[in-house]
Amino acid sequence: MPEAKIKVENITKIFGKQPGQGVKLLNKGKSKQEILEDTGLTVGVNKASFEVFPGEIFVIMGLSGSGKSTLVRLLNRLIEPTDGKVFIDGEEVTKMKGDQLREVRRKKLSMVFQKFALFPHRTVVENAEYGLEIQGVDKNERRNKAITSLELVGLRGYENSYPGELSGGMQQRVGLARALANDPDILLMDEAFSALDPLIRKDMQDELLELQESMEKTIVFITHDLDEALRIGDRIALMKDGSIVQVGTPEEIMMNPANDYVERFVEDVDLSKVLTASHVMKRAETVRLDRGPRVALQLMKDEGISSVYIVDKKKQLLGAVHADDVGKAIENNRTLEEIMIRDLPTVTPETLLNDMYEKMAASSLPLPVVDESNRLKGIIVKGAVIGALAGNENELNIKEVKQ
Amino acid sequence: MRLFPKIPLADWVDNFVSVLTERLEGFFDGVSSIIGWFVESIVNILSLVPSLVLIGIFVIIAWWTSRWGVALFTALGLLLIHNLGYWPETIDTLALVLTSVIISIIVGVPFGIWASQNETVKNIITPVLDFMQTMPAFVYLIPAILFFGIGVVPGIIASVIFAMPPTIRLTNLGIRQVPKDLIEASNAFGATTSQKLYKVELPLAMPTIMAGINQSIMLALSMVVIASLVGAPGLGADVYRAVTQIKVGVGFEAGLAIVILAIMLDRISQNIGRSKAD
Repeated sequence: MPEAKIKVENITKIFGKQPGQGVKLLNKGKSKQEILEDTGLTVGVNKASFEVFPGEIFVIMGLSGSGKSTLVRLLNRLIEPTDGKVFIDGEEVTKMKGDQLREVRRKKLSMVFQKFALFPHRTVVENAEYGLEIQGVDKNERRNKAITSLELVGLRGYENSYPGELSGGMQQRVGLARALANDPDILLMDEAFSALDPLIRKDMQDELLELQESMEKTIVFITHDLDEALRIGDRIALMKDGSIVQVGTPEEIMMNPANDYVERFVEDVDLSKVLTASHVMKRAETVRLDRGPRVALQLMKDEGISSVYIVDKKKQLLGAVHADDVGKAIENNRTLEEIMIRDLPTVTPETLLNDMYEKMAASSLPLPVVDESNRLKGIIVKGAVIGALAGNENELNIKEVKQ
Repeated sequence: MRLFPKIPLADWVDNFVSVLTERLEGFFDGVSSIIGWFVESIVNILSLVPSLVLIGIFVIIAWWTSRWGVALFTALGLLLIHNLGYWPETIDTLALVLTSVIISIIVGVPFGIWASQNETVKNIITPVLDFMQTMPAFVYLIPAILFFGIGVVPGIIASVIFAMPPTIRLTNLGIRQVPKDLIEASNAFGATTSQKLYKVELPLAMPTIMAGINQSIMLALSMVVIASLVGAPGLGADVYRAVTQIKVGVGFEAGLAIVILAIMLDRISQNIGRSKAD
């Protein structure tokens, strides 16, 4: 495990007049509701602890009021934590004084906001260079960096427009460019795409993932949308009433909900966007090409199947044959090579179910699953896919997940 | 019958003012000569330019900041004033108003900024401003005479006290109305308080601050007649004289000149605020 980029220990935020009181009550094990009734204090974030590793997209997700936006602001202390610690690169942010904190905000953390928070009196490029301007970077240099970062998000040519003249999607690109211009290690994205309409939102998610491939920033992404979380998150933290309920990969969260809350959350999720070929594939029956048609026919009889896949010595997929064709081939003395069906549609183990329907419909044979060197890993049978989508866990190949 | 003896508030104020007059005589003299010199300079500069050229300059300013309608009004209005023979008085009045407004801005904007950054300051300043605006303006003339003597300076001081509150109030309001998410964004990028103020808060508050300055200009203009009671020259003095001699015609002419000046200054200052906002 690499060193954590961000480490959060028992971070707590209590809103109200005597927040210290609330911390004591939390330590005694009182719930958010009880504390509100007894003292009028609101628990924003309740002893959240987690680690974020370099280069990962860590999604914090929860419904509105779950404290996720407060939590992300505790990381850069836009909201002052009541209790607990935040470390960035091993340095304790929660202990820092004004200057040090500003330095961390300037160099290490950039933030993208839900409602964009662009400065309406500044042009697009002036917005993008704001962070550098604050750092006192020389005018030419910061302008160049701002333009580079605008190009990165596809806004070349809009440098001199004002934010008010751009669409929502484009405004958020400016927000992203402004955050990237500083070249921070960490991006904090607070519901960054929630204000965009669904199609644009998908585009922005794709683009973020694409950018992330080359940037390898550490990203903390806040969202209330589970689909978005599953799509972009390497790991997801689920929040409820200010507490983190579960942290895990999308698959862990989906398949092993830690409690009823998470389960209810995930039950409406479109499984086809979570499950991949590796979850539903079965063992493939294969015959090596040089074994000949008789062996192939015998195997199909033994296994009670009507088709079999042909591989070479390295288990690389060559094609498939139907039992009927093999029977005829034996009569006519033809080889497997002559009768096999080539150029089968294939999928990889990572392919989402959602993306394989078309290929399944086009093929009469089960879909072969191959890895990057075309080695056959398994096959996908239609029945198994339907069973998996119906939530039948017996159809799934799931490794035991630690909680 | 009195339950309590009368509180000698008037005596206290008298004492306070006379102590101030004695102790701070040097200070008041200094302020008086600086303001006096400033007004005189404006009058001298404006008088140096031939009147028609000056009218031309105002028309250009009006055309530049506003639409052509305002420019046309400025041209016709100022020519009318010139024709009626109130030009020198108009310049005196203009100098008085400009000086009052400039002092209001120099003092008022920093106070407004301070009040916007600090809750305690705001809570102290607000009732003081209420007091300044609601106390009948005539009352300010009395200590102003004691401190600054007779002439244009006490008139300006009274005008400043009366005209400054909107600038302070609206500077404070304008900065407080800057959307919270923009302040947050500025903080998130590590801006210092002054960077936040100059790069985000003041530019975004500018239209509101300009509206405050516009109000101050109007209030300063409304003070010109009152200021003439203590000897400030200008259109106000003509109105005052017309009242004492019951000359309706002269009163109307001088009053009309003030109205023309007011409309012109109002439109120009409003549009400066607007063009900055775009």
